[in-house]
Amino acid sequence: MTETSTWATKKGLAQMLKGGVIMDVVTPDQARIAEDAGACAVMALERVPSDIRANGGVARMSDPEMITGIMAAVSIPVMAKARIGHFVEAQILQALGVDYIDESEVLTPADERNHISKHDFKVPFVCGCRNLGEALRRINEGAAMMRTKGEAGTGNVVEAVHQLRDVLAAIRRLQGMREDELFVAAKELQAPYELVKQVAQDGKLPVVNFVAGGISTPADAALVMQLGAEGVFVGSGIFKSDNPAKMAAAIVQATTHFADAKILAEVSKGLGNPMRGIEMSTIPENERLASRGW
Amino acid sequence: MLALQGAFAEHVAALRAIGAEPVEVRLPADLDGLGGLVLPGGESTTMRKLIDRWELREPILDFAATGAPIFGTCAGMIILANEIAGGEAPVLPLLDVTVQRNAFGRQLDSFETQLSVPGLGAEPVHAVFIRAPVIERIGPSVEVMAQLPDGRIVAVREGNVMATSFHPELAGETRFHQLVVDIAMTQAG
Repeated sequence: MTETSTWATKKGLAQMLKGGVIMDVVTPDQARIAEDAGACAVMALERVPSDIRANGGVARMSDPEMITGIMAAVSIPVMAKARIGHFVEAQILQALGVDYIDESEVLTPADERNHISKHDFKVPFVCGCRNLGEALRRINEGAAMMRTKGEAGTGNVVEAVHQLRDVLAAIRRLQGMREDELFVAAKELQAPYELVKQVAQDGKLPVVNFVAGGISTPADAALVMQLGAEGVFVGSGIFKSDNPAKMAAAIVQATTHFADAKILAEVSKGLGNPMRGIEMSTIPENERLASRGW
Repeated sequence: MLALQGAFAEHVAALRAIGAEPVEVRLPADLDGLGGLVLPGGESTTMRKLIDRWELREPILDFAATGAPIFGTCAGMIILANEIAGGEAPVLPLLDVTVQRNAFGRQLDSFETQLSVPGLGAEPVHAVFIRAPVIERIGPSVEVMAQLPDGRIVAVREGNVMATSFHPELAGETRFHQLVVDIAMTQAG
């Protein structure tokens, strides 16, 4: 009995990405720089989040030609983004043969109530979350990998830290509960009881959890790894820095050697300026990407 | 347990389940005192960079030369191959084989199946293949441990070095790990 696109293979690819860095790239050249630096996968998109933020307008799935160009350029897995709820963009990405789809708040949502029913697809999905309830709702819809959203395109790690701590603290609280308290916990988390019970038993999410949104230095990557992330997404942080190849390689090293301060000091030397960041209080509530998705 | 990148936590769990005491290896000094080394699945290009950057190549080859068992899964198999089809330079050439990366295609072609591995007993192995490599050529001293029904080679052993295209660590399969531990115990006397 041979079966393709099973839950084990969908979730399994994310397990293979652990301890690694997934980098946003907008051209095949950037994809090659990312691969050479040691990225474990690339996210193909038309504009990095900081440009999406600056340009405004509706952000959509990238041109399939650009995505296939990137798929041809590198041997590592290629991910691409679909708008929240836009299952036709997801069908198109699946037809292209991408390795993972990110149903992403970085793009403009296509449906303000429903996410994509991800079990219906053969290709696996990664989704963003800000807290445990949101993570479990996405997993219930079929997400095979999670990432905390952070606040994309800001170069500011504060939201990523806040959300990762929220998810992990909520898991620790569940672990301390009696079984009869988990019913109310599920109600409060607005998440399915079965998944809540499983998380309480295992002390971790049932799928791999990365951190995204605001990582822009090796120290940022090591910070979230020490807090308990299983890997990192870096969006604008690489190709908006002074020396992308060097920054990319340094973030890869820092993600592996996250607990070794001597190595972190070594790889952080002479990288030039990281991307210019944005202070959170200067971003109006309605321009925050993390609030997209529910 | 080589812990540079990939699914090393799953191997650590499999090794603990059979009573071994796994240690995470990120730097050459971490190899001191170990009985064997497992190379996990992950991205071989990423692991290659990290092996080069921290000069792990010679120390691991020296470690293997002592006869210590080495076991690689998926990306680990690519890392151990003498030759990588397409011309990429080998990383830790400990197996006289030619390996083809992403031999089945992309993620949509990833699959699970039941596989007969006679060297591990009658009970088949539940094998999860994820963007997996296959062995295209084997040298004279390489033993084939498992093949797909179409004949493609997906598990090999040469002396104390073993490799699989698939992921026993994702399916609760510990017999390969047990073999590694058994060899290490024999070596230690």
